Amino acid sequence: MVEVETMKKNIFGLVAEFDNPDRLLEATRRAHEAGYRKIDATSPYPVEGLAEALGFPRNRVSLVVLLGGILGGLTGYIMQYFIAAVYYPINSGGRPLNSWPAFIVITFELTILGAALAAVLGMLALNGLPMPYHPLFNVPAFQLASRDRFFLVVEAGDPRFDQVTTRQFLLSLNPREVLDVAR
Amino acid sequence: MIHQGPPVLAPGHTFATITDKIASIVQTRHTPLGWFAGLAVGATLVGVLLLSVAYLFFKGVGIWGINIPVAWGFAIVNFVWWIGIGHAGTLISAILLLLNQSWRTSINRFAEAMTLFAVMCAGLFPLLHMGRPWFFYWMGPLPNTLGLQPQFRSPLVWDVFAVSTYATVSFLFWYVGLIPDLATLRDRAQGKVGQILYGVFSLGWRGSARHWSRYETAYLLLAGLATPLVLSVHTVVSFDFATSIMPGWHSTIFPPYFVAGAIYSGFAMVLVIAIPLRKYYGLEDFITERHLDNMSKVMLATGLIVAYGYLMEIFFAWYSGNHFERFMISNRIFGPYGYAYWALILFNILIPQALWSKRVRHRVGLVFLISLAVLLGMWLERYVIVITSLHRDFLPSSWGMYSATIWDYATFAGTIGLFVTLMFLFIRFLPMISIAEMRTLLAETQRGKGH
Repeated sequence: MVEVETMKKNIFGLVAEFDNPDRLLEATRRAHEAGYRKIDATSPYPVEGLAEALGFPRNRVSLVVLLGGILGGLTGYIMQYFIAAVYYPINSGGRPLNSWPAFIVITFELTILGAALAAVLGMLALNGLPMPYHPLFNVPAFQLASRDRFFLVVEAGDPRFDQVTTRQFLLSLNPREVLDVAR
Repeated sequence: MIHQGPPVLAPGHTFATITDKIASIVQTRHTPLGWFAGLAVGATLVGVLLLSVAYLFFKGVGIWGINIPVAWGFAIVNFVWWIGIGHAGTLISAILLLLNQSWRTSINRFAEAMTLFAVMCAGLFPLLHMGRPWFFYWMGPLPNTLGLQPQFRSPLVWDVFAVSTYATVSFLFWYVGLIPDLATLRDRAQGKVGQILYGVFSLGWRGSARHWSRYETAYLLLAGLATPLVLSVHTVVSFDFATSIMPGWHSTIFPPYFVAGAIYSGFAMVLVIAIPLRKYYGLEDFITERHLDNMSKVMLATGLIVAYGYLMEIFFAWYSGNHFERFMISNRIFGPYGYAYWALILFNILIPQALWSKRVRHRVGLVFLISLAVLLGMWLERYVIVITSLHRDFLPSSWGMYSATIWDYATFAGTIGLFVTLMFLFIRFLPMISIAEMRTLLAETQRGKGH
């Protein structure tokens, strides 16, 4: 019917509100089992097992950090070597210009700096942050997401999404309520 | 694990009460009068700092008490003291996280803020103490028309990189921890200014589980990175002394001795901040007797390591048979600066031994006074190390005396004012306890996994 089609295109998805992390975890698992994939679960603190329940077992932050650290370390060492042995050599008693024991300190510090910057910037970039707008913020109840409420979102873009059946499915998970999320 | 003794989080709290208790300190119409008083004191001292720095830049470092042979005076003493204080914040945040100590949760936010502000105060001194501060950028490897580059084999250049890295990583760790809490404040904000500012700085955080997963990985890795960093930073600072040939400085015990001393003074500062905060803001449920007990124990332990360092210095001097070393030690103890040495022994070693007693550890007022004593003692330690080695070294005809001028004291007091001002601004506008981590702690306690 035409009205249902228009309604489906106009909302971002449906969201179920819980007041208990265990219920959210259970609900997320059931939603994943039911075949929904474009789902998200939000909590005011990291709930153990929740990301796995969404089908998101591991992330690439560790790799980014490793690369950042290697980059930082190489930068530190090459900079010192180039400056001390090539560009501005200081002859102190004929000692070797590539004085690598002395270069360890700054190399180490820049490795840490590179890794730390990669950790933060990488984490934010992979998360897509800053993201000042998200349709979930259109739901007034979502204000409590950062306090003591837990939410499960099913996006309208999911192939199994249907206004009616998805709403019924979410209601079967015993939430406080199920709400529309406007675009 | 079953623990006797007071809990880490007082019972009867929910996610909502934790959030409201901490956030309502920030988002309130009624700023306590005491806050204005504290800010006024801090701001006045910042005025003193600005005056001292202006006069310093106008006249030069001669306004300080430095001379030949004592060319390093209060500036380096204060630098080392402030950096040392900063280390406890990183230890609480990073090392206690890696060791799975849940008692870190209610103290790590303001401890990290303390680190950040202490490093800012410390960082002023290398800039101020330069004879030609307008050339400060010569310390960095920047291309320039003179073709000059820094001497990478110098610990003073190592300091530039170590302290800059430490400041940056501390800031990152603190900010990342704040993001979910800023989202909480954004959602609770009533006024437009609050909504916009907290909204901007929370980066649109919405608590998505995938985001939390990456966040936790990044946070844990930052902790793992910050741990060797904090050990290395004070080691590099100790190298300012240890890589020289001065009697009393040229000693391999300096790195662990300085690091232990840093943690010692840092925990003292955390206690000096935590005790009034928990009283005046009613946070006894979150910063419990258990926290004060644990922090006192860490202070006692690191104080004993520092005492061991003092003993070893005396032993090295005697065992080496080197008459310069032996003179240095007897000059420290019995020479013209002996009063400072004995005060040091009193404040750093003798007074804190009271913390062996459980009754003392549980008396908040006594712990506060002992912490103040430790702060003073650690400052005196830096003073004794710097001044006594410099004023009488190898050649008696070069001997001299050092006395600080009013400008030395004014600059130091000014940096204390800067620290106080920044702390007061922090507690007014940002949550001084990590709300998101307290929720995690509550969830773990409810599951019976609490330590």
